[in-house]
Amino acid sequence: MTDISYLLGVIAVMTVATFATRLFPFVVLKGKGDHPTLDFLGRYMPPAVMTILVLYSLKSVELTSAPHGANELIALSITTAVHLWKRNSLLSIISGTIFYMTALQQGLFL
Amino acid sequence: MNASTLKHAFKSSLPVMFGYVPLGMAFGVLFQNLGFAWYYAAAMGIFVFAGAAQFMAVGLLAAHAGLLEVAIATLVLNSRHMFFGISLLKRYHAKGFKKLYMIFGLTDETYSLVTSARSTPGEDDQNYYAALTAMNHSYWVAGCTLGALLGAAVEFDARGMDFVLTALFMVLLIEQWKQIKNPVPFIIALACGLFSIWFFAEQMLLVAIGLSITVLFAAKSKIEVAK
Repeated sequence: MTDISYLLGVIAVMTVATFATRLFPFVVLKGKGDHPTLDFLGRYMPPAVMTILVLYSLKSVELTSAPHGANELIALSITTAVHLWKRNSLLSIISGTIFYMTALQQGLFL
Repeated sequence: MNASTLKHAFKSSLPVMFGYVPLGMAFGVLFQNLGFAWYYAAAMGIFVFAGAAQFMAVGLLAAHAGLLEVAIATLVLNSRHMFFGISLLKRYHAKGFKKLYMIFGLTDETYSLVTSARSTPGEDDQNYYAALTAMNHSYWVAGCTLGALLGAAVEFDARGMDFVLTALFMVLLIEQWKQIKNPVPFIIALACGLFSIWFFAEQMLLVAIGLSITVLFAAKSKIEVAK
């Protein structure tokens, strides 16, 4: 197998596998959206998933060595505070991220 | 699809642009180190459209892994997406190609934006979801392509820019909180998430989501009384 046909094979397999995982529930549970159990999940899964995604995106933060996650903690606090104050998503996200990039690149807490 | 829907979707998806472009570029740079032409990186962005899986693919390609191994690794890594669809059965009621495309593009970030959307009067929500999906998709493809084209010539110091996705999830978490006004699902997910990071670092997402659903069901009566 040449390198290119191998690569095309990998792309094809990954395309199908990824789409399959996303499509699966829509096929298996077709027309069952009104079922009370699924309605319950439809309501309470998003808050749970969002909590988990925040944790997931922070999973490689080193708490045991300096700066002990201080950059992340302060940046998240800024985003939260700005959002509770103005409720403007873009503003909240940008203010936290600019602080984070500056702190990381300038080594504010090292 | 009208202009105001597109504008609304663009505004909501902007944070994802700041997350996907540098992340896609990071993938493109790694990918072109394998010696493949740039348009294969673009093809991966277009057809696979899965961040974590594409980064994994760089390692698998370098190791010349078998196609069966690639298939299994991709299924395992992306199996959390199966849970996403369960909570979108009612929300995604478009038909035909549009619905298939929305499902094809169901990344973590698209799911987050879709489930946090509040309905706007006079707007077709299915069009809004489809536009969000297409915009996120285009940011990702642009990032993958740019990274592979520029390769190691990328000089911009983007360290820390990936925080934009953490901040996006945090903002959407606050929005969920304002809608749900019930601490139980958040507390359950926090506990399950910390447990999973501790014991299952690599497969954290899948374990945490699966575990949370189990505990949510166990606490179903309590949650519904509290609402």
